[in-house]
Amino acid sequence: MMHAATAHHSSTGLDSRKLAFWMFIGSECLLFGSLISTYLVYQGRSVQGPTPEEILNIPLTSVSTFVLLMSSLAMVLALAAVTRGDRTWSRVWLLATALLGVGFLGFQAYEFASFVHEGLTLRTNLFGSTFFVLTGTHGAHVFIGVVWLLTLVVRSLQGKLGPDKAMNVEIAGLYWHFVDVVWIVIFTVVYLLS
Amino acid sequence: MATSVAQHAPAGPATLGARLWSWITTTDHKRIGILYGVTAFAFFLLGGLEALIIRLQLASSGNTVVSAEAYNQLFTMHGTTMVFLAIMPLSAAFFNFIIPLQIGARDVAFPRLNAFSYWVFLLGGLFMNASFLVGAAPNGGWFGYANLTSTQYSPGLNIDFWVLGLQILGIASIAAGINFIVTIINLRAPGMKLMRMPVFTWMSLVTQFIIVTAFPVITVALVFLMFDRFFGTTFYSVAAGGDVLLWQHLFWLFGHPEVYILILPAMGIISDVIPTFSRKPLFGYAIVVYSGLLIGVLGWGVWAHHMFQVGLGPIADSVFSATTMLIAIPTGVKIFNWIATMWGGKIRFTTSMLFAVGFIAMFIVGGLSGVMHSSPPADLQQTDTYFVVAHFHYVLFGGSMLGIFAGIYYWWPKVTGRLLSERIGKLHFWLTVIGANLSFFPMHFIGLLGMPRRIYTYDPALGLDTMNLVATIGAFTMGLGALVFVVNVIWSRRRGELAGNDPWGGATLEWAISSPPPVYNFSVIPEVSSRLPMWAEDGMTPVPATPPAPVHVPGGSYWPVVAAIGIVVMAIGAILKSLLITLGGTAVLVVSIYAWSFEHFEV
Amino acid sequence: MSDQPAHSDHKHPGVGTYLTVAGVLTVITLVEVGVFYVPAFERVLAPILLTLSGAKFVLVVMFYMHLKGDHRFFKLFFTLPLVIAVAVTIALLFLFGTFGGSPS
Repeated sequence: MMHAATAHHSSTGLDSRKLAFWMFIGSECLLFGSLISTYLVYQGRSVQGPTPEEILNIPLTSVSTFVLLMSSLAMVLALAAVTRGDRTWSRVWLLATALLGVGFLGFQAYEFASFVHEGLTLRTNLFGSTFFVLTGTHGAHVFIGVVWLLTLVVRSLQGKLGPDKAMNVEIAGLYWHFVDVVWIVIFTVVYLLS
Repeated sequence: MATSVAQHAPAGPATLGARLWSWITTTDHKRIGILYGVTAFAFFLLGGLEALIIRLQLASSGNTVVSAEAYNQLFTMHGTTMVFLAIMPLSAAFFNFIIPLQIGARDVAFPRLNAFSYWVFLLGGLFMNASFLVGAAPNGGWFGYANLTSTQYSPGLNIDFWVLGLQILGIASIAAGINFIVTIINLRAPGMKLMRMPVFTWMSLVTQFIIVTAFPVITVALVFLMFDRFFGTTFYSVAAGGDVLLWQHLFWLFGHPEVYILILPAMGIISDVIPTFSRKPLFGYAIVVYSGLLIGVLGWGVWAHHMFQVGLGPIADSVFSATTMLIAIPTGVKIFNWIATMWGGKIRFTTSMLFAVGFIAMFIVGGLSGVMHSSPPADLQQTDTYFVVAHFHYVLFGGSMLGIFAGIYYWWPKVTGRLLSERIGKLHFWLTVIGANLSFFPMHFIGLLGMPRRIYTYDPALGLDTMNLVATIGAFTMGLGALVFVVNVIWSRRRGELAGNDPWGGATLEWAISSPPPVYNFSVIPEVSSRLPMWAEDGMTPVPATPPAPVHVPGGSYWPVVAAIGIVVMAIGAILKSLLITLGGTAVLVVSIYAWSFEHFEV
Repeated sequence: MSDQPAHSDHKHPGVGTYLTVAGVLTVITLVEVGVFYVPAFERVLAPILLTLSGAKFVLVVMFYMHLKGDHRFFKLFFTLPLVIAVAVTIALLFLFGTFGGSPS
């Protein structure tokens, strides 16, 4: 069997980009794992300043968590739409995912601002440092995801997001769902188990 | 950028500018491998120079060659340079050049990402060393313990250079790690099952896996330190209730797997070299592979053996002591396999083989001192003394570097088309091995007799002057060896014997093609039916000298280097405390990512 | 351009499955929040919440990220680092005395 003509071929039949992206997600598990470990290890050790019980707003964060969960639904619906070549719904669902992500970020921005107002900043105490760096890193990931999704929306509007590009959307979806899954852990560990 | 179709060797563009541009925009794994090799070797010489100054200072008690502050910068940069800018990228040179050839591929899975990793490494290394120009080289040790690294105790730019530089290098490593994992899993030739791959490729696969899992941890540790220093957070602030041990745990969670990152590629190299020069297949191939896998996994369970002296408590001490002893087993197993390979073989003591055997001998010594550290009560005597310095130089120099030299002598003909001189090589070998033992063996005694690490001078009353002097002589002997190697390189370019495809009679696929390989590697991707395709009867389908049909070869791209520049500019902005410059760097990076994504580039 | 994936396929779940999963995720979230506010559950809060959020985690990974039915390499690339991360987290909790074990 000759493979002279192309450099491609795949020993496993799998898409290299998808393999790469799962490996990246694996490494992100260690990134967030380290951040979460630090949060947990430092829990209850702040010597002064606001504590989680005093300042965290569970009802509000439950809503934002729900928003992010629903964005994952929108994302899989987007992938399904792209796969079947449905231009309109591809755009609708991709945009919906992005907007729900923006909604989540909006909640987070409000939360951060109100915490600062109540006297909790990055430098106030251990809780401030660990909380803001952990959730801020997560938020930055959401932000990058939103930019990525909006880019896909633009590509779709340009007619360049047909079914042949489904893998691109699938990978964006992997990223998005992973960011959601990290939030599931953070919500439980930081908010509910405070 | 354009893609090109090549039928034969690349026609070199004539002008210097065009040639330089072709190297800057290259996405060819072979060129990237050469870039890594040359750059890493230059950093190796720099790190060696730092070592020589250190040894000059320590050659006698109460010496005044350098000040304490300068000394701190020297030993910090020596360690940081050797680990991150020499050994890792020298290994990367081999990953790049050799892995695609060994698995029968035309290139790595993501050629532009590959180039990106190189440029980020180069610029990151230059960034970190630029600190010397402002007299503020990192000075907190290669391990940067908190809270010495806080702004309170390290107010200057030194630690900032270190924190930013290492994060940059981490990006390069993780990107390359993902690239090679996908390459090895997904781009193997037909019939190249995982258990038919050369051990070098296997060990490299395990190494990449360790890289992508361990580097995020040090990234987080560094981010915390950076935030403490730049934004006043309290991660390592004792006053705020923080724990300086957090740094140590996070650092060593990375740091211990890191030492396996440093040694596994060299182990892989000699696992290929020894069978070739014993004319005998590797004894217990599967065991060697599984041992490597086991080391990769167990390596995650031993980190706190670097912290036996901090007061972890008896339970933690015992657990980590046990896991550390356990990990000696797969390591020891490999040694038996290498020796058993040689046993009964038809041995040729080429320079490469000498270095491989030297590796075994010196690594055993380093392993023995390592196992001595695994007992916490014994370690309390040894830790933070020169005994540890002896241990890790035996494994890192006697192990990794000798292994790398074995690889250099082995694969040099494949890369350049010419052999290195065996005569000069043997001189290089003996100077190196004698120098290394002269330098590092006395350190076992120097340490146990009470000389701590990381001190710029010592008291004559210790009575350690003579041994330190011997260690210094050993260091200069190694330096001489390195110079001899450089002479060998120059000699080889001019007068080295032409290698042909297979100067050594190797068993693996890289020896099936010309030296140097054509730009497309294999005119026809072979189908493989053996672990030893070049040795076995019908081990592989033939690879004709010229391709029967035109072979597509991707062209170059400048986005990788531009993206790398964006990242380093971000760091420069941080060091200069200029938000504008950092934002500028970010903008360059973002634009590069988009341009790269939408560039027409066919693999 | 791309590889011809030789289909280790895995039909993608239908919209029905996606909606069902979304429904289950919503219900679990409601239960979590509910449990949080019920004083009776305080002592067993941690195990319950960890189990519930673990279930959400698994659902999203298996169905939305399609790991269920995907090739084992994808599973390996995710699971092995995840296991390391969880093991390290637990080890650090012990080492820092969070479980009242070894003092830091």
